[in-house]
Amino acid sequence: MHWNSLADFLAMGSHGLYVWGSVAVMALLMLAEPTLLLQGRKRLIARLKRQYRAERSEARLKSQTNTGRSRD
Amino acid sequence: MSNRVINWFRYASPQTFYPLAGRLIPWFWALAAIFGVAGLTIGFLVAPTDAQQGEGYRIIFLHVPASWMSMFIYLVMAFWAAMGLAFNTRLSGMMASALAPTGALFAFLSLWTGALWGKPMWGTWWVWDARLTSELILLFLYIGFIALQAAIDDPRRADKAGAILALVGVVNIPIIYFSVKWWNTLHQGASVSLTKAPSMAALMLWGMLLCALACWMYSIAIALMRVRTIMLERERHTDWVRALLAEKE
Repeated sequence: MHWNSLADFLAMGSHGLYVWGSVAVMALLMLAEPTLLLQGRKRLIARLKRQYRAERSEARLKSQTNTGRSRD
Repeated sequence: MSNRVINWFRYASPQTFYPLAGRLIPWFWALAAIFGVAGLTIGFLVAPTDAQQGEGYRIIFLHVPASWMSMFIYLVMAFWAAMGLAFNTRLSGMMASALAPTGALFAFLSLWTGALWGKPMWGTWWVWDARLTSELILLFLYIGFIALQAAIDDPRRADKAGAILALVGVVNIPIIYFSVKWWNTLHQGASVSLTKAPSMAALMLWGMLLCALACWMYSIAIALMRVRTIMLERERHTDWVRALLAEKE
């Protein structure tokens, strides 16, 4: 272990602002990227499912009206 | 598989690559976490103080991996772009698109951590130095690639246009890499090179290499995640995507 105390570690020999500023932004972005990706993926899957359902019900409706017409 | 030779082209189709990528993602996340914890522990808790730069040098454990990844991801992206142009395979364009945002992220982080390192060491956040300027151009290349693809509705045409931009931009990578040799710059020379022994303490080197490995694993995991989403989006009219989403209901 290189550090004598937590305060020492946080101070980074008076370069704390620069070191922790780098760590914070890098950690933030590397957590944000997968989070946003997962959200986008969920949204896409929900949208596609809605779309497929709409297509299916449209197809059913069409086939019903078609059979109705043929009976006339 | 009945024949002994693995048919690699089998995995070039989105339909077979999609589940394979899904199985690989957790492993790459696990490796990223292991390498990351090990690298940061060595870098921030164990490695000694630098004789010249004091504790501020510890930014190296973030800055160098981010910079390496920003350049390497560009090369991989350009490779897939070239494959797409040459063989017109569907997966190639998707891979290139999946890599660009992560490459841009690392290019930005390279500049950000570099600025925070430059301020205490050089006394300035930014100089129009060859290394810094060419890295900034790399970030703009990524953003240009993403914007160009977003502006074209037809994905196949977007792939082609993006591929040409990516290939032209490859010339910037050796410029970044050799800039510290070719020009007299403020940026220090390479700490690690293939031709000579590294100019840093063993513990510092290990910390840096482990952090770089963590960024590699992160990039692979993210690229696989993103390419899977792109596959669903682009192949939404195919039967396999319909079947896949129907299963999930």
